[in-house]
Amino acid sequence: AALKDGLRSQVSAALKEGRVTPTELCQQCLARIKSTKFLNAYITVAEETALKQAEESEERYKRGQPLGILDGIPIAVKDNFNTAGIETTCASNMLKGYISPYNATVVQKLLDRGAVLLGKTNLDEFAMGSGSTDGVFGPVRNPWSYSKQYKEKSVSKSHSEDEESNWVNLGGSSGGSAAAVSSFTCFAALGSDTGGSTRNPAAHCGVVGLKPTYGLISRHGLIPLVNSMDVPGILTRCVDDAAVLLGSLAGHDPKDSTTIQDEFKPFGLPDLTGVSKLSIGIPKEYHAPGLSSEIVALWSKAADLFKNAGAKVVEVSLPHTRYSIVCYHVLCTAEVASNMARFDGLEYGHRSDMKDSTESMYAATRREGFNDVVRGRILSGNYFLLKQNYEKYFVKAQKVRRLIADDFVKVFRSGVDVLLTPTTLSDAAPYMEFIQEDNRTRSAQDDLLTQAANMAGLPAISVPTALSERGLPVGLQFIGRSFQEKQLLTVAKWFEKQVQFPVIQLEEVKRHDNGVFQHQKSASFS
Amino acid sequence: LAPWIPVVGLEIHAQISSKSKLFSGSQVQFAAPPNSLVSFFDASLPGTLPVLNRRCVEAAVMTGLALNCSINKKSLFDRKHYFYADLPAGYQITQQRVPIAVNGSLSYSLCIDNKMSHMVTKTVRIKQIQLEQDSGKSLHDDSRCQTLVDLNRAGVGLMEVVMEPDMCCGEEAAAAVRELQLILQTLGSSQAVMAEGQLRVDANVSVHHPGEPYGVRTEVKNINSIRFLAKAIDYEIQRQIEELENGGTILNETRAFDSKLGCTVPMRDKEGKQDYRFMPEPNLPPLILYDAKSLPANMNHQQVINIDWIHERLPDLPSVKREKLVEQYGILPEHSFTLLNEDGLADFFESVVKQTQMKPKKVIGWILNDLLSYLKQHSLTVKESPVSSFLLADLLNLLEKKEISSTAAKQVLAELWKGEGKTPLEIVKEQKLELLQDQKELEQICQAVIDGQENE
Repeated sequence: AALKDGLRSQVSAALKEGRVTPTELCQQCLARIKSTKFLNAYITVAEETALKQAEESEERYKRGQPLGILDGIPIAVKDNFNTAGIETTCASNMLKGYISPYNATVVQKLLDRGAVLLGKTNLDEFAMGSGSTDGVFGPVRNPWSYSKQYKEKSVSKSHSEDEESNWVNLGGSSGGSAAAVSSFTCFAALGSDTGGSTRNPAAHCGVVGLKPTYGLISRHGLIPLVNSMDVPGILTRCVDDAAVLLGSLAGHDPKDSTTIQDEFKPFGLPDLTGVSKLSIGIPKEYHAPGLSSEIVALWSKAADLFKNAGAKVVEVSLPHTRYSIVCYHVLCTAEVASNMARFDGLEYGHRSDMKDSTESMYAATRREGFNDVVRGRILSGNYFLLKQNYEKYFVKAQKVRRLIADDFVKVFRSGVDVLLTPTTLSDAAPYMEFIQEDNRTRSAQDDLLTQAANMAGLPAISVPTALSERGLPVGLQFIGRSFQEKQLLTVAKWFEKQVQFPVIQLEEVKRHDNGVFQHQKSASFS
Repeated sequence: LAPWIPVVGLEIHAQISSKSKLFSGSQVQFAAPPNSLVSFFDASLPGTLPVLNRRCVEAAVMTGLALNCSINKKSLFDRKHYFYADLPAGYQITQQRVPIAVNGSLSYSLCIDNKMSHMVTKTVRIKQIQLEQDSGKSLHDDSRCQTLVDLNRAGVGLMEVVMEPDMCCGEEAAAAVRELQLILQTLGSSQAVMAEGQLRVDANVSVHHPGEPYGVRTEVKNINSIRFLAKAIDYEIQRQIEELENGGTILNETRAFDSKLGCTVPMRDKEGKQDYRFMPEPNLPPLILYDAKSLPANMNHQQVINIDWIHERLPDLPSVKREKLVEQYGILPEHSFTLLNEDGLADFFESVVKQTQMKPKKVIGWILNDLLSYLKQHSLTVKESPVSSFLLADLLNLLEKKEISSTAAKQVLAELWKGEGKTPLEIVKEQKLELLQDQKELEQICQAVIDGQENE
């Protein structure tokens, strides 16, 4: 009964009033994780420590001294964040069994506020990918594959046969976190976003995915993909919750020299009564080839929604958008090549048995520890960083990056408050179809609409908008000005309220029965 | 045979004297138990990030100012990639594009023909000073076919000082390095003790005929003392000359100095030419330094470095100190040179001067001839001297008051070296070294001697 939409509206109040205890909540979530195991959203479930944290939270509530709004709230963390004492694998053989001695700053902040860490979620290996399919623990399944909404729309002959092979992909690379939130195993999850890795799966799973401004949230402890673009991402079931999480995580970290010094003040989101003062920009270049007609229509409908409500909706141009994929490819692979250099088997992680020489040990370790995607990017990156190529590729890409960032500056300077774009090119593809193309192709396609925001360091959020004809979620993206998360989230919240995105109706697998989950037996979970 | 012009440049790595490392909070300490001073960042644990150590930046600014450099108000950090066991991250963080200080100079003194009285001043240009990380240490255990890695040193701050090829021989290089060492020690920016690896010097050597372009240069490494530096360079110059005169060619290679054999040998070939794939360090914003003019009013004091503020607080550099000694005490330039060349000797000298009526010009002889030669003979530092400045001053006072002769003084000094705790006066009385001033007494003694002679 307590597991409805979000934090403030239901659970926090419930905890405070004693209608549900942190332990009960934790147990419910753990049970739910078990019953949705087929989603493969979690790599590690930290059952013991979670229950312990829940107990401690309970003590605090009993004493009437909860740490705050997050005390006792179960959350999940993408497995590329360091968690002390809990395995951190990055879904790679290189770090299988790796127990980090320290917590990422964002993890520590959550724990300090009493959040209950349920476990580490699945991802593409080292966050390289847009399908959550290429990690060593296997692919993550979109919970909507098992939703009433999808099943009603899908033409399937034999029910049980198709269910096993016809499940739907959910994008990536933070697929595990998106699935965890979408399937109600936790109330919020941390992802990471380098080219869209939080927003993309959020859109495919019908949850909110927030990419904060670069420099707002500490990256200390986030195993890097591209240091100059990575941000910790926030996945929740509603925009208000994203604001709550943001409030707990943002702020200068002396351990991360790329975080800004300015003091951060957590904010609540006002309920916009009207949007007449707002200027929404529609970047024409985001009408990209490959954008499904369904999404074009939805995008247009959303623009009209704002217009009809009195907002100023203008078409704008971000002329260098078409170079962003190629530019991203060069800069990303270069940083990847550099960041992965530390994985040599010497200090931690996988070490090959090859003993002939240090060099041969390195080579074997890296061949064994990394998948093809990672190795491919390392080779590309090293190529671009060679002395004879550096100017042509890396420096050139940096310059183009500057142009892309300047496009946004110009548009925002012209009076636009927030940009409205699609998040993905289409709704999620069936897994079997998704894997027809390789990781590189998929990434190039799927990152198109999201990664310019990473290039420019801007905040962006994907808000679940509507169901596609196939019954799968489609999200739309809002991109805001640097460090103007409050404005961005306020607009997103207003939009969320207008569209009233449906709650997922998950048909439960009947094997798991938990007394607390009375309603689980019924078809809908609301 | 056409004359050869040797050309010598130097790359010097000075370990910064700081409590913690350049980008992490682990301690800097010599000879600690292996891997006991290693932070998560030093070990390159995934997800760790560098945080710049303020003290290291100040040390580099001080050094840059002392070497007459322009301090770059904006400098950048880069990653230099290569794989090696003592480099956990697979890259070193350094300053390749824009270092912290550029275009300076260092003046040093040289004795002509080994005559202290004949000193000339030379100058070497300082190309740049850059901040970078030190690597760990790897020890190869060939018997067990393994390499032992100690990361205590990994991440310690270094200042790389690049000296242009303005030098022509081992002696010049040695003198330049010695002067740099003194400057660093005076500033406190590095303890610069070569034996503890706090100062490492690599020499770039080439030879050419006058009027012709510079020859191919070799890099000479593994030099453990200033004395060996001179030897290594001179050997390499000779080797190159002989090679070329015999019709051979010089390879652009790295050679190691073998101190036992006194020669340079080619080092293990490091896979031909290394491409370090330099890339900007994305986790460190540009390093911005301010001066009095550019310092914004509302800046948090703790977050900025003011170059002018540092400049105002620089101590007297050795060259200035030497001049002051000459001026203040009337000693010769070569005297003050030696005073500063010996750690603690200048202070000792000044201390004695304060405690005695003897003129500094006379004191200096006792310091440089008697005290110093004794210390050298017994391989003692000034700090370890059994004769304190107080004792020596005491002795010199006796001499100055003509209570003893200078011969007697030397005898007393010899006794003082034993360090038995006796005062000069006590020794004089013991050994009956007092100068007799009484005329009558002297006549009696002389008479006695003469009488004695007559009796034979």
